[in-house]
Amino acid sequence: MLDALILSRIQFAANITFHILFPTISIALAWALLYFKIKFNKTGDSEWSEAYQFWVKIFALTFALGVVSGITMSFQFGTNWPGYMQTVGNIAGPLLGYEVLSAFFLEATFLGIMLFGAKRVSQRAHTVATFLVAFGTSLSAFWIIVLDSWMQTPQGFEMINGQAHATNWIEIVFNPSMPYRLFHMMTASFLTVTFLIAGISAYRYLRGINPVGSRALIKLAMTVAVVLAPLQIVLGDMHGLNTLEYQPAKVAAMEGIWQTTKGADAVLFAIPDEATQSNQYEVAVPKLASLYLTHSLDGEVQGLDAFPDTHPPVKPVFFAFRIMVGVGLLMLLTAFVGFYLVRKKQELPRWLLQALSVMSFSGWVGVVAGWYVTEVGRQPFLVTGILKTADAVTKLPTNMILGTLVMYLALYLGLIASYIWVVFYLARQSGPVNATDDARPNLVNRPIGA
Amino acid sequence: MIPNLLEPAGWLPLFFLVAMGIAMVAYVVLDGYDLGVGILLNQATDQEKDIMISSIGPFWDANETWLVLGVGALLIAFPMAHGIILTELYLPVGIMLAGLILRGVSFDFRAKAHLSQKSIWNFLFFFGSFLAAAAQGVMVGREVIGFDSGGLGWVFAFIVALCLPAGYALLGAGWLIMKTSGALQRKAVAWARKCLWLTALGVGIISVATPFFSAEIAAKWFSFPNIFFLLPFPVLSLACFVLIDLNLAKMQRDKPAPIWLPFALSVAIFVLAFLGIAYSMFPYIVVGKMTIWEAASATDSLWMIFWGAIVVLPTIIGYTIYSYKIFWGKTEPLSYY
Repeated sequence: MLDALILSRIQFAANITFHILFPTISIALAWALLYFKIKFNKTGDSEWSEAYQFWVKIFALTFALGVVSGITMSFQFGTNWPGYMQTVGNIAGPLLGYEVLSAFFLEATFLGIMLFGAKRVSQRAHTVATFLVAFGTSLSAFWIIVLDSWMQTPQGFEMINGQAHATNWIEIVFNPSMPYRLFHMMTASFLTVTFLIAGISAYRYLRGINPVGSRALIKLAMTVAVVLAPLQIVLGDMHGLNTLEYQPAKVAAMEGIWQTTKGADAVLFAIPDEATQSNQYEVAVPKLASLYLTHSLDGEVQGLDAFPDTHPPVKPVFFAFRIMVGVGLLMLLTAFVGFYLVRKKQELPRWLLQALSVMSFSGWVGVVAGWYVTEVGRQPFLVTGILKTADAVTKLPTNMILGTLVMYLALYLGLIASYIWVVFYLARQSGPVNATDDARPNLVNRPIGA
Repeated sequence: MIPNLLEPAGWLPLFFLVAMGIAMVAYVVLDGYDLGVGILLNQATDQEKDIMISSIGPFWDANETWLVLGVGALLIAFPMAHGIILTELYLPVGIMLAGLILRGVSFDFRAKAHLSQKSIWNFLFFFGSFLAAAAQGVMVGREVIGFDSGGLGWVFAFIVALCLPAGYALLGAGWLIMKTSGALQRKAVAWARKCLWLTALGVGIISVATPFFSAEIAAKWFSFPNIFFLLPFPVLSLACFVLIDLNLAKMQRDKPAPIWLPFALSVAIFVLAFLGIAYSMFPYIVVGKMTIWEAASATDSLWMIFWGAIVVLPTIIGYTIYSYKIFWGKTEPLSYY
């Protein structure tokens, strides 16, 4: 039955899923643009200015989508989850406040100068504006990850009359899961952008558009990927061990471990079944889970049975975890092969270029799956141990929520399709990139295909 | 009802009310002009559309951020009211957000997608701007009468929903008079004159309706000697309307007239209307139901954000002015480099 709770959860999940796609790209792409800009300032190579000019357009589009979907989020706390601010508003409020004050205005204001001010300010001021946009997007990520991590592993507060009151802001900001989540997410953003740049450049290379520049970007991307992909796996493992310490039920769901056991198996694949509290069609490696979770073959791992009423739904967490890891391993493999080939061979093999194009948006899949693991894995709590999701939801009639949900879903699906379509459309444009945003009519006079 | 204002628990909520008010006024004026340009977009030729969009290109992102700060201040400082207000305004908020999403993305898509699709994105930019403005009109209409559930309350909200887009279009036309020249500027003068009277209707109807729906508010305005001190509000507003009209008429007759005057006086109208509404509602945040002190966060949390706010807000205002200075003068086509 669709009630206000499940509809609000679907709606929030739809909003936050749609939203995270764009910051994931803009956080790291802003730094990539700064890199292109500084490289050009130093070397004067047109390669770097062309890279900047092409990617800044994609950045502008991405940033706009991130801003408008972010505004939606700030309202939905109130429209759908009034109990959230009423219970933990004293802590969530200032954290969100600092995000808006320190980051949002910085990035939004200097974005105008970064995008359209190059001719109106000095080169140095323009580089500084580019830096401030990059810094602002990362700062915004920092604050929002602080808040999310506090909801996962809260500390530094006391409950008075059912409301959380801050006792130590340092403890709140530097809560146990924050550093792991922050570095895992920032690396995810950089990996996503690395593969986006590699994929779109491969797509352009295949079509013979700016082959020298495209090849240089593929090389740069693979060089970064060969460092980041293994690093991300190490960071993910550290994040997982931190979760085991503070949110063992989430790890039990990720691993599909139903009974507390010594020498637990690592489940590679299975279909978890809540009704029978067991896995079907299980493929597992004996004792491996104990080894990597406890660093001992016979270490005890808590199963879902240790958390009878407070463990998350197993299936979504279990499968999302496998999708995330799968994308990570695929990126690792591609990074090594790509790095090797781009160094050894002058002519890049077609299959590699095609594989990279297909993987242009693979980072999105990994990031969304990863967030599903951590956010669904927090259930049934909204704030671990303090507030259950069911207790924070609005009491609005379901029809009203269903109406807005359908509207948002239609809007989001249309916009994601348009976004991907436009990115590839821009990638197909050859020659010097059109400088003016609104001088498109000039294109009509050019030969077809120009 | 009003606690000791010398205590932090007394004055901190008041500080945040003022901060929220500044953010809301900044939002209404700043995003108001760029929403207004969007609302007027359909009246222009294709070439003029490009100029109109260029005139707001470097600013709209930051303008919209004031909305996040406004709702953020509500969320941070008055979490108890945040839930109540946004639950009451669920549908108009949803529609406003859809409108803001549509126009925000159309701004970029229209210039980057294939030329054949440009007219669709132009239309969506207009449609999204209008939708967001109208939804905000409903929100204002509902909020100032304390979410009165009668039919008359809804009629009132829908009248405001038509007048607020006109008010934004007035700001937008005033903006275009400053930022453009030639045929487009002449058109903007004509648009401004049309919007002016619909805006006046909106301001008038809010002024009449708010005391009508609440005896308490009526008493605040019409008792003696209050009415004497409050007289400047309607008088100044009326003067602004008349001055704008005279100024626009001069422009239409090609007589020299200051081009910044229609915009500046439209801003003054919005500020006066806002102050009037603020006076009506104070000290309530939900009319007749919840005061700002009942809705406020814990004093510790307000302190935490207070220090940040007094350092950062002036900085924001500083670099916002810097950005406007960089793009000062008549609009040029948007260029990435």
